[in-house]
Amino acid sequence: MTVTPNSGLLDVTGLRVAFPGEDGPVTVIHELDLSVAPGETLALVGESGSGKSVTALAVTRLLDFAGGRITAGMVGFTDATGVTLDLTTAPGEVMRRLRGPEIAMVFQEPMTSLNPVLRVGEQIAEAVMLHQGLGQAAAMVEARRLLDRVRIADSARQLRRFPFELSGGMRQRVMIAIALSCRPRLLIADEPTTALDVTVQAQVLRLLRTLQAETGMGMIFITHDMGVVAELADRVAVMRLGRKVEEGSVEQIFAAPQHPYTRTLLAAVPVLGSLSGETLPRAFDNEGVHAQPQDTVVAKGPPVIEIVGLTTRFDVRRNFRLRARVHAVEHVSLSVRPGETLALVGESGCGKSTTGRSIIRLEQPSAGTILLDGEDVTTLDHEREARLRREVQFVFQDPFASLNPRLTVGFSIAEPMLTHRLARGAEAERRVLHLLREVGLTAEYAQRYPHEMSGGQRQRVCIARALASKPRLIIADEAVAALDVSIRAQVVNLLMGLQQRLGLAMLFISHDMAVVERVSHRVAVMYLGQIVEIGPRRAVFTAPAHAYTERLLSAVPVPDPARRNRSMVLDDTEVPSPLRPIDQPPILAPLVQVGPDHFVARHSVGGHY
Amino acid sequence: MSATFAAPSSAIRTPLGEFWRRFCRQKRALVALALIVLLILAAVFAPFVTPFDPAAPDYDSLLDGPSAAHWLGTDAYGRDIFSRIIWGGRVSLTVGFLSVALGGVAGIVIGLISGFFGGWIDGVLMRLMDVLLAFPGIILAIGVVALLGPGIDNVIYSIAVFSVPVFSRLVRGSTLSLKQTLYVQAARCIGVGRTTLMLRHILPGAMPGVIVYASLRLGTSILTAASLSFIGLGARPPSAEWGAMLADGRSYLGVADHVTLFPGLAIFITVLAFNLLGDGLRDALDPKLR
Repeated sequence: MTVTPNSGLLDVTGLRVAFPGEDGPVTVIHELDLSVAPGETLALVGESGSGKSVTALAVTRLLDFAGGRITAGMVGFTDATGVTLDLTTAPGEVMRRLRGPEIAMVFQEPMTSLNPVLRVGEQIAEAVMLHQGLGQAAAMVEARRLLDRVRIADSARQLRRFPFELSGGMRQRVMIAIALSCRPRLLIADEPTTALDVTVQAQVLRLLRTLQAETGMGMIFITHDMGVVAELADRVAVMRLGRKVEEGSVEQIFAAPQHPYTRTLLAAVPVLGSLSGETLPRAFDNEGVHAQPQDTVVAKGPPVIEIVGLTTRFDVRRNFRLRARVHAVEHVSLSVRPGETLALVGESGCGKSTTGRSIIRLEQPSAGTILLDGEDVTTLDHEREARLRREVQFVFQDPFASLNPRLTVGFSIAEPMLTHRLARGAEAERRVLHLLREVGLTAEYAQRYPHEMSGGQRQRVCIARALASKPRLIIADEAVAALDVSIRAQVVNLLMGLQQRLGLAMLFISHDMAVVERVSHRVAVMYLGQIVEIGPRRAVFTAPAHAYTERLLSAVPVPDPARRNRSMVLDDTEVPSPLRPIDQPPILAPLVQVGPDHFVARHSVGGHY
Repeated sequence: MSATFAAPSSAIRTPLGEFWRRFCRQKRALVALALIVLLILAAVFAPFVTPFDPAAPDYDSLLDGPSAAHWLGTDAYGRDIFSRIIWGGRVSLTVGFLSVALGGVAGIVIGLISGFFGGWIDGVLMRLMDVLLAFPGIILAIGVVALLGPGIDNVIYSIAVFSVPVFSRLVRGSTLSLKQTLYVQAARCIGVGRTTLMLRHILPGAMPGVIVYASLRLGTSILTAASLSFIGLGARPPSAEWGAMLADGRSYLGVADHVTLFPGLAIFITVLAFNLLGDGLRDALDPKLR
């Protein structure tokens, strides 16, 4: 026996994991060494497919249920009594005893990891009864205490609610409450904040940090977000293609990354505030090439799109009677000039996507006018509809779902041309190849099917498809949100390059403030269906005039561990619901000018602001 | 090895190639497919493969058991049962394929329109389908044949009618869910028209279910056609039809069992083969079972 290092909690040595493939087993984790000491946070960083999550599954042996196998190595775990076990060979009975009281997990999707038909209280109490041997009544008391601990207000009432009645952030806190119910010594959190909004993410991260300080548990935090790493981690292990490429303290990794991959990863992270001294947006520097400012706005002439007083409401009916309304978009007015990028920012549910979808008429607006190049396209006849669908194109968030899996990429790109009779036959083919080159792909991709491509490549195809009808405006709805960091930077650069070459106007819908800072000339901040602040990007980012804009900006994680303990103006309040009784419409008022081209809401929006 | 069936392992893995590769892993379905192909070939080339004229009586050998000359024996008129079964396969397969094709096409059109447009169109069409669905299949078929008069054409129509509601329900369901997919929304944003949207973006997604159901339905249709003939509403007496052959042989049960046994076996094997093929297709087309 070799002497294994002992950190006091978790020591993984030479771990190798394989999954069955079509031609024999495929090894996805190679010779991985990791260790976590009590009270320590290890961040496991890497892009999708790097093996981060599989590592977590291997440590908890949930891998057995996912079809994988540990083919080599040791997972040494020191339990509360000080006995070190090798988890790779531990029988199922032992693992079941460990999961919960010793090792707990929090997953990415708080929507699917709670049982939808059981009340929140019952689910927490179940875990408590199972591992602490308490009775029903005592478990409920404990459940309430746990909810208080994860800072859920009005815990007694929340216990009786069902998961669907809670917001994403609340659900994730419930998951954390369940995970912590047995006071685990090791918490494995697999992208626990990825599905959450920035302000909620900041709340959850702060909560995890406080809880760790209270309980002294070790934590493995799996993420792809370097900003989150800087906020939370003590040590960082960077993974790529199933191997650990670098490990070090968080300060080391951020200040002096050794491995080239770590350096690319860090360089690709958009840092909020990096353009605070510049007026114009600028693309990411690429391989030493310094990007030029994006001076593309055409100030003269009418805007490409102008919407005035756009309102989209959804009626909620029960028994055929109108009961309430979702005020998704309330009196939104904005315009985009040729060559300009207007960013529409806000948290999920604020109505930014519905605004975009209302413009392209995927939703039917209830009121307002939409002008395309000065022409009213609010009511569509056949001709106007064709024009709108040709000149305004939409890029969706999910490149996996927005391409028809049964059509080749080439056909998908040609479809807009064929539909609008812009080109056909050999001419269309030539244009497809040209567009593929334009978005940085080669001609051979035309013959491929979407499932043969990576997420970044597919999003490039979606952009090529959007360009095929020679549009004047592109609405990008979270178009880079689903991509890995390094790919995200490339696609952002691609969009900005296209704007430079083709003079496109862009409505960039995003929740990612750091990316928005990079791409946009102007920014509109949405909250509860209304624009609360709109103005030039530099003014909005450096001197936000609305309290909500400020809150949004302060919640963005800063990828710099040295600035971790900055005072955060965080509140644990929830965003109110846009669902209102029919006799209580929201308060509306014109925005007030506070600077050149800079307007802000001074009326009360939804109670908090 | 199954590799010989698979599409050449080029870099491009088409959906069709993927499907074929997975289908080839289903041994039972492959056997069923081979059997069905054999049946179809035998039916198509019936004049060349049958040793006797199926309608020609031979009064020297009435109700003979299986022998070297008559492999499956002869019936009450001395007609060769083996030849009659092969000729009967023509009738059964034609009825099966035509009725499923007719019912399938009508069902697909109704389902697509119903699911795509929704609203009152959906309401009216689906209530209509509910009415058809409310009758047990065979009763409905008997009713339609009674209305149109007996004969093989009318059997095809009647079976087609009772296949329509199930196909339309199936396609409507897929249409409703596919209508919500991002790629259909994306196609709408581009300005693709309704008909193209339905035929190019929605229908192909609904086809796997239709194909699976069609193959299962073929078995049922053949069985129903045989039942109709058995009760005298289908094929007219001289023509060799499996159900009619069963009816003919009924009087000789206990005397000459082979007269009913072999047509019965033919029906049984054919229906089983289509059902196994359907199961295999479902497993190969369902990405969740990969």
